Amino acid sequence: MMIGPYPLDLLALQLVTGVALGAIYVLVGIGLSLIFGLMTIVNFAHGAFFMAGAYVGVFLYGYTGNFWVSLVAAPLAVGALGLLVERLLVRRLYGRGIDDPLLLTFGLSYVIVESVRILFGLTGIPFGAPPALRGAVDIGIGYFPLYRLFLIVFTALVVAALWLFVERTSFGLIIRAGARDRQIVQVLGIDVSKVWLVVFALGCGLAGLAGILAAPLQGVTPEMGIPVLAEAFVVTVVGGMGSLAGAVLAGLLVGIVVAMTSLIAPDMTKMAIFALMALVLLVRPRGLLGRAGALG
Amino acid sequence: MSGALTAPAARGGTGRGGRLLRQAARHRVGLTLAVLALFPFVAPYEALAVNILVLGLYALGFNLLFGYTGLLSFGHAAFLGAGAYGTGIAIVHGGLHPLPAIAAGVVLATVIAAVMGFLAIRTRGIYFAMTTLALSMCVYYAFYQMEPLTGGENGLRGINVPALNLGLVSLPLIDPLVKYYVILVFVGTAVWLFSRLLASPFGAVLEAIRENENRARACGYDVARTKLVAFVISGAVCGLAGALNAIHLSIVPIETMHYAMSGEAVMMALLGGMRTFFGPFVGAATFLVLQDGLATLTSHWQLFTGAIFIAFVLFLPSGIWGEVVARLKRAGS
Amino acid sequence: MADETGRSGAFSRRGLLQGGALALAAPALMRRAWAQGAGPIRIGFPVPLTGAFGAEANDQVRAAQIAVKEFNAAGGLDGRMAELLVRDDKLNPGEAATRTLELIEKDKVNFLVGALSAAVTLSVNNVARERGVLYNSISQSDAINEAKDFGRTTFHEALNPHMTAGAVGRYVFPKHGKRVAFLTADYAYGHEMVRGFRRAGEALGIEVVADIRHPIGASDYSAFLPRLAALKPDVLCLCNFGRDQVVSIQQATEFGLKRTTKLVAPVLLFTARKAGGDAFEGVVGGTSYYWRLEDSVPTAKAFNDAFRAAYNGAVPSDYGALGYAGVRSVLESVKAAKSTDTDKVIAAMEALRADFYKGPQYFRACDHQSVQSVLIVESKHKDQKGPDDVFTIVGTEQPDEARLRTCAELGHKA
Repeated sequence: MMIGPYPLDLLALQLVTGVALGAIYVLVGIGLSLIFGLMTIVNFAHGAFFMAGAYVGVFLYGYTGNFWVSLVAAPLAVGALGLLVERLLVRRLYGRGIDDPLLLTFGLSYVIVESVRILFGLTGIPFGAPPALRGAVDIGIGYFPLYRLFLIVFTALVVAALWLFVERTSFGLIIRAGARDRQIVQVLGIDVSKVWLVVFALGCGLAGLAGILAAPLQGVTPEMGIPVLAEAFVVTVVGGMGSLAGAVLAGLLVGIVVAMTSLIAPDMTKMAIFALMALVLLVRPRGLLGRAGALG
Repeated sequence: MSGALTAPAARGGTGRGGRLLRQAARHRVGLTLAVLALFPFVAPYEALAVNILVLGLYALGFNLLFGYTGLLSFGHAAFLGAGAYGTGIAIVHGGLHPLPAIAAGVVLATVIAAVMGFLAIRTRGIYFAMTTLALSMCVYYAFYQMEPLTGGENGLRGINVPALNLGLVSLPLIDPLVKYYVILVFVGTAVWLFSRLLASPFGAVLEAIRENENRARACGYDVARTKLVAFVISGAVCGLAGALNAIHLSIVPIETMHYAMSGEAVMMALLGGMRTFFGPFVGAATFLVLQDGLATLTSHWQLFTGAIFIAFVLFLPSGIWGEVVARLKRAGS
Repeated sequence: MADETGRSGAFSRRGLLQGGALALAAPALMRRAWAQGAGPIRIGFPVPLTGAFGAEANDQVRAAQIAVKEFNAAGGLDGRMAELLVRDDKLNPGEAATRTLELIEKDKVNFLVGALSAAVTLSVNNVARERGVLYNSISQSDAINEAKDFGRTTFHEALNPHMTAGAVGRYVFPKHGKRVAFLTADYAYGHEMVRGFRRAGEALGIEVVADIRHPIGASDYSAFLPRLAALKPDVLCLCNFGRDQVVSIQQATEFGLKRTTKLVAPVLLFTARKAGGDAFEGVVGGTSYYWRLEDSVPTAKAFNDAFRAAYNGAVPSDYGALGYAGVRSVLESVKAAKSTDTDKVIAAMEALRADFYKGPQYFRACDHQSVQSVLIVESKHKDQKGPDDVFTIVGTEQPDEARLRTCAELGHKA
């Protein structure tokens, strides 16, 4: 069966590809969105944390030869880095508006990227999927890389775990309340600074996780986080800042838009995601699932 | 608080610093130009001095929106680029004289600013920043795709203006010092007009909007229109900076339009002091000299620029010039 | 796996940059004297030390230093020594234009050699051309040959995409099949490579089954690959460069394209191949230089030995070799002209018939393109002997002006 000039199978395969692509966007987007939504911080170092996660993971893989160790250790290490950054740097800027943290994290991204260049070299490190996840499998509509299927499933699990954390724990309740109205939480006598610490570290850790998950797709280089930052912004804005469901929806949407544009008008791929962002901002400025009023 | 330089004058400090500051404020354009006139003799080399002049104007134009109106835009590279491409295309493909070509660049930037502004001012805060970012990237890709006109990824080449023919005299722009002073004339005129604008009632309205948008609206000001006008003027100034940059470098790289360039405007304004008149220029000079010097010393210059940015945010949040003005003010009262 | 990275470069480069800084600190008066022909012969060398091609740029500098050292060791120009002024163009045409102005206006360089990306080389060329400074480009670009960008001071030491893609096409299409697909980075360089392949393919009767454009700098190609895999072409030409090439080859492998299709890249970079790992296995491409050329070409052996001796046994990369050749062409012409006068050196370069490092080459009269051989290499993997043993030279297209676009096509008057 054909739809326009394209066979249905191909469109379906392209859709699955888009979802796999979206999985990475979802993970980076959630982290950025949480930090954005709760702390009013535009984290310009998010791409650098993503890259750092990939490097930590690949470095550990070189030692242990075990991808699963990397998958657990990379987000933890980057999360710890996030803890330090929040405690030592970002914390001093609370109450100063959005400009200062933006400039600070911008500077920080330079420091992280350059440190990685000094430690690991300029060229980047080749990295393929772990042997167990190599190759392609027939998913009924054609062959699809096994690793990308794993990526979809794993991201779904992580999102489910996050959802449980936010919706079913008391700490998650505070996060949700904070996203809705920061002042109320403060009035209730909750130590907001601890919440922010955790949220910042969590956001960074998720970026790190996305980094190690993306490493087998493209290898690692010091510059790999730069395009990711722009894409994460798009996801955050399209989904609505501070909204977990919004980031998931927008991440998948961006992935699918990229995949479909690649098929129909490949040279428009990059423009498409910014056009999508502009469109959403103009029609529904708070994003698809964002709440009105927040950060207006 | 518009142009912290004017504020103490109004309050009337009595000390020496206060008097100094009052004088300085009155002659801020003259002072700015005096400093800039001597600049090529202290700058590491002339081409860098021209860069500082041009990007200083760019940061100044950006700061009309950011520092004076309180709107953080992440899309000003679109205007810098439009000014540069407009001028470059007029010279390369249209064979125009540099003066009308510069005008063409400014007009193109103004038109794009009007369209972008019309769409973006409906949003506020961080959404405004993101809207301008997204729209400017759409402009970026549009120019990228127009390869026959813009040169695409390769950039636009051939904007060679070895001399500026003014009928009676011909100024040899190939001489770096002459080029500097010719561009300074443009920048100086823009700075003077800019200063007049801020001193006008319009400047007062901008300030009122920055301090409290709702109050300004209650006072009967047309907030949306004022914002749009500010956006367009800001875009036009950045467009002029772009036009001059095209003539200076004789090329227009597509990078001129990238949002990273918008980011540089934010950095320069913050570094120099967004609440001051002269700050963006100081920011541009610091930013460029720092990058240039560090890049000559070490290939890891980004480590140091990054660390310096962090230090600035933590310890000197009002920016270099902002801090200088604040100290003078303290000395004055 | 993690410790395979090119860490070695970072330290020596600092030394080079300090050399540049030293030159910068030299008193202005002395500089003026040099400009008048008394002091050293100064060659400005803008390359992207920072940015994604830092490793290649580092190698360009190291090899160029050897050319300078050899010239000086042989007595220079009647005792006048040469020196290299390295500048970081940051892979940004605007920065490159500024640095070129600095080199010309402040440092009063006699000649310019350098650049790596097309946009940067065109920018350097535009500034140099207006000021009548000889510039020998070591970056790959077709545009620089065209009348619009060419100036009489413009020389092009590197291969251009038309030559490389053409040579690779002529090798690959008869051998691996006529159903050809392109995955092309959507910018001038990518389009130029496609043109080269198509031109070569026309004569061989190829059938183009897809010509897909992707945005430059894309980190994911998965969205393009299902379609390509479905077409099952005989040959897939990846008309992209650097990082784009590494990632697209890795992902094409992941999508199983190698089962049905020969992957081909117009330009295979030595450094990129070393960083790209096993995904490169079996990929065929072109290059201007590969160090194993020393097995058959004596000048290559001499150049490699000089490089090994200077840098702890390391072998030069393709871009490194271009850095060497770019500087050496200029300095040999200075020697032949017995002068640093631009006009005389241009005439000497036009007359140059050289074999510096890869066999015979010369500059074509109309566009100053270096006519030279193109090597066809195939990437090894399992039978690699050591980290530098990454390619097998499977073919060589000898220098031939007929393979270039004609002077008339480029807009030059006959």
